[in-house]
Amino acid sequence: MDFTTVVGLEVHVQLRTETKLFCRCRTVFGAPPNTLTCPTCLGLPGALPVINQRAIELGMRAGLALNCVIPPLTKWDRKQYFYPDLPKGYQISQFDQPLAADGWLEFTDPSGEGGSLRIGIVRAHLEEDAGKSMHDERSGQADTRIDLNRAGTPLLEIVTRPDLRSPAAAKAFLTELKLLLQYLDVSDCNMQEGSLRVDANVNLHVSAGDRLIETPIVEIKNMNSFRAVERALEYEVGRQYEHWRQFGGTRQDTAKQTRGWDDQAERTYPQREKEESSDYRYFPDPDLPAVRIEEAAIEAARSALGELPAAVRRRLETQYGLKPYDADVLVNQGPAAIGYLESVIELSGDPRRASAWLQQDVARAIREHQRSWQDPPLSSQTLGELLRRVSDGALDNNRARDVYQFLIEQGGGIAHAISSLGITTVDENAVEQLCHQVLAQNPQVIEDVRGGNQKAISALVGQAKRLNPNVNPGRFRQLCLDLIAAGWQPD
Amino acid sequence: MDLPLDSISQLCAAQQRGEVTARQIVDEVLVRIEKSQPSIGAYLHVAHDVARHQADAVDQKRRAGKPLGPLAGIPVALKDVLCTQDMPTTCASRMLEGYIAPYDATIVKRLRAADAVIVGKVNMDEFAMGGSTENSAYQKTANPWDISRTPGGSSGGSAAAVACGTVPLALGSDTGGSIRQPAAFCGISGLKPTYGRVSRYGLVAFASSLDQIGPLGYEVNDLAVALNAIAGHDSRDATSLDRPVEDWTAACSTSIAGWRIGLIREQLDSDGLDPDVRASVIAAARELEAAGGRLVDVHLPNARHWVPTYYVVAPCEASSNLARYDGAHLGRRVDRAVDDPGRCAGEGGSRSSRGRLTDMYCDSRRAGFGVEVRRRILLGTYALSAGYYDAYYLKSLQVRRLIADDFAAAFTQADILLGPTTPSPAFRLGEKIDDPLAMYLADLFTVGANLAGIPALSIPGPAAGNGLPIGVQLQARPLAEDKLFAVGATLQRQTDWHRRRPPALASAGTAPHVRGV
Repeated sequence: MDFTTVVGLEVHVQLRTETKLFCRCRTVFGAPPNTLTCPTCLGLPGALPVINQRAIELGMRAGLALNCVIPPLTKWDRKQYFYPDLPKGYQISQFDQPLAADGWLEFTDPSGEGGSLRIGIVRAHLEEDAGKSMHDERSGQADTRIDLNRAGTPLLEIVTRPDLRSPAAAKAFLTELKLLLQYLDVSDCNMQEGSLRVDANVNLHVSAGDRLIETPIVEIKNMNSFRAVERALEYEVGRQYEHWRQFGGTRQDTAKQTRGWDDQAERTYPQREKEESSDYRYFPDPDLPAVRIEEAAIEAARSALGELPAAVRRRLETQYGLKPYDADVLVNQGPAAIGYLESVIELSGDPRRASAWLQQDVARAIREHQRSWQDPPLSSQTLGELLRRVSDGALDNNRARDVYQFLIEQGGGIAHAISSLGITTVDENAVEQLCHQVLAQNPQVIEDVRGGNQKAISALVGQAKRLNPNVNPGRFRQLCLDLIAAGWQPD
Repeated sequence: MDLPLDSISQLCAAQQRGEVTARQIVDEVLVRIEKSQPSIGAYLHVAHDVARHQADAVDQKRRAGKPLGPLAGIPVALKDVLCTQDMPTTCASRMLEGYIAPYDATIVKRLRAADAVIVGKVNMDEFAMGGSTENSAYQKTANPWDISRTPGGSSGGSAAAVACGTVPLALGSDTGGSIRQPAAFCGISGLKPTYGRVSRYGLVAFASSLDQIGPLGYEVNDLAVALNAIAGHDSRDATSLDRPVEDWTAACSTSIAGWRIGLIREQLDSDGLDPDVRASVIAAARELEAAGGRLVDVHLPNARHWVPTYYVVAPCEASSNLARYDGAHLGRRVDRAVDDPGRCAGEGGSRSSRGRLTDMYCDSRRAGFGVEVRRRILLGTYALSAGYYDAYYLKSLQVRRLIADDFAAAFTQADILLGPTTPSPAFRLGEKIDDPLAMYLADLFTVGANLAGIPALSIPGPAAGNGLPIGVQLQARPLAEDKLFAVGATLQRQTDWHRRRPPALASAGTAPHVRGV
């Protein structure tokens, strides 16, 4: 097979505004149907739209973070089509003067070759969301109900250049984009709630002798996770190649097709086209003046962008000495995790231990208790203090895990947890007593150590912990080695 | 009771003197409406209870010595394109039959805040498209001066309601002349303010970049009182201007001595201009000269492009604004699968290959919209279609700029422009209804102000030989309503042209307040 996969993405992101794009209705998810509506978002006769400045600010912030140009003037256009979830018969969008254009996003090449990919952004524009159609088939006769709570919610549509060359690259792009938008606090990017939606355009450039043939472009919809995007593209690449081999057909002689992704069946299927979708009859919305954006406002937004994921990764490596892999894993957890990490580091003074704990213990606890980095099972202050005790040698790492579990399940302070768990500091005499006891039962280990195998001593640590769970394994190991080196003999 | 129902200022004074209550006024208005309906038919909805209740509230406030608004107890009729939550808003269309908006238009709120008494909703061309009110889906309205003639349109009900003496003030909307042309035909005054001066929130949109709400009444001074009450910035309308509301009643007494009065040559020299209309404009010019004005000739070289430009821009916007009446959310629904299931057996209940949803859209819109509305939706849809957009809509925007530039240039030579409102006095009912092009040409002199966004006022000039009213039009630069009021009030101080009343009503004994003709 000698072809290149060519993918471009259209990503719709719901902006985190309190209210809708052109009215003052709230934008919360999950309210009873048609309760978050007013004459404007219902499209009632006589009602008019007024722009929500916050949406422009958020859109501009995203555009700048995507390295886009913000033009001095941006305007609103009506995209016209009839559909029951579109109450005005048109969607207010931006056609030829989008809020942001000509940018790019860079991220690690997922092929594992260590480089990075830079994907062009054609544009990012604001538009209002439509309502939701709910098809109710229970009554026997097909019945459709419309919920207009979502109608008028601000969306940022981000369109990439067809620069992606593999399904994996598409997934990696989306992962980085989502992360970026979360760091910007522009969107919560929750795909389940529909606040991030992806359409993918894909075709193949096939080498046939000295010619390069472009297969027809297919737009894939209905993908509800980044994994689904990757799998849909993988399926579609195979399908298009087979289709081309059997029937031919090129982009030039075949119209663009829209296909849906069936996650269960793991295949794409042809979708019915929207009525007369070919001509949206865009024209400038006469109800909305064009928006002038001052250079000073752009610069203010640029300087208020905050630290973006790529910069955070670099800082975790240089400031705290974390490995690139660890920095990447942590940054990918989102800005709340980084806030948590830095607080734990500050209190514990131990970046690497904090990093390890967050990636393992805290991440696991969040999963098990269905919490989040915004609302973690244990505060960063408490965890920071706990880890400081470990770093100070007052508590060994395994006992700290017991304390962590106890604190999550029972609450209370660290001291209370330690005493409840019966954790006490074992004094030197007791440790030495324990060494004598264990060494006496393991002559073979002593011989091995004397034979040069220092690691053999590790076998004794488990036995010691069974006898006294509070013993510090490091102290125990070192004392045993010291005793053996001093010519220890059983009594 | 002989009430001055043609004058806001006299009604206010009579109430202040305790000669009449708001309730007595509204009761008389309701009687007069009832008497006028069979012959004139201006009203689509008469709000008896709401109006009486409001009048009682005003009287109560007055008795309690509470402060009253500038329109206290003044009966007002609203064009049925302005949303009211206690009365239907139909736009004279079957599509919105029985529709009651869940909110009041901003100007309705402001009228209520000014203690006006809204007595009902008046007839119009369907969705404000037309120049004779004959496009109403419900009824014809007659011109009170000659009931075989049209009152003009689209605010024909508003003009007729004032002319026949039921109310001293009506609100209309003007997209291409829809306030000024009916005012001219009915012998009253009508103002189209600067675009953005009055909030459009709650005005059912026809062509959003052209629509503007304005008052109709006999006296220019009354229009000033009304504009004081309804103008001003509205945060719900992004196109409303954030400019202070002046006291336009004060502007009515400004002297115009030394002002340059620009005579629009393209209009006065137009072949299609009725000689009586030309004579009327010239008479007005002489009066202004007598008041110290200086006559100058001005040219608007792109005037011949006004109507063609208007009939691209307005239908394009209308085709979009009226898309919402689809039978799914708004408007009457016609669904063959439900209405006539026997004939629609088969997949999805559709008879056609288009599918049930598209059938529903097409059938609902065909049933709900009249022929003129459908014609303009088709025109606009065509002009915005791929491949035609540049040749029509984009070109019209460019020409629109030239038209505005013409006015800007004219206003460097003149403080105010004077010309005819319409090419001829009121035409007969039925005369042009089958000839849309002839009907469109009735907008010949008025659409320029809408395309340029400037304020324009039509006031009665000397009548035609056959007694029909004639309107003269004054136009000023953007936001210069004060100049219109100064010139209009000057003419009405010097002449009695605005004091004539329809003869039919005088003989019918419905107490028109006739003072010297």
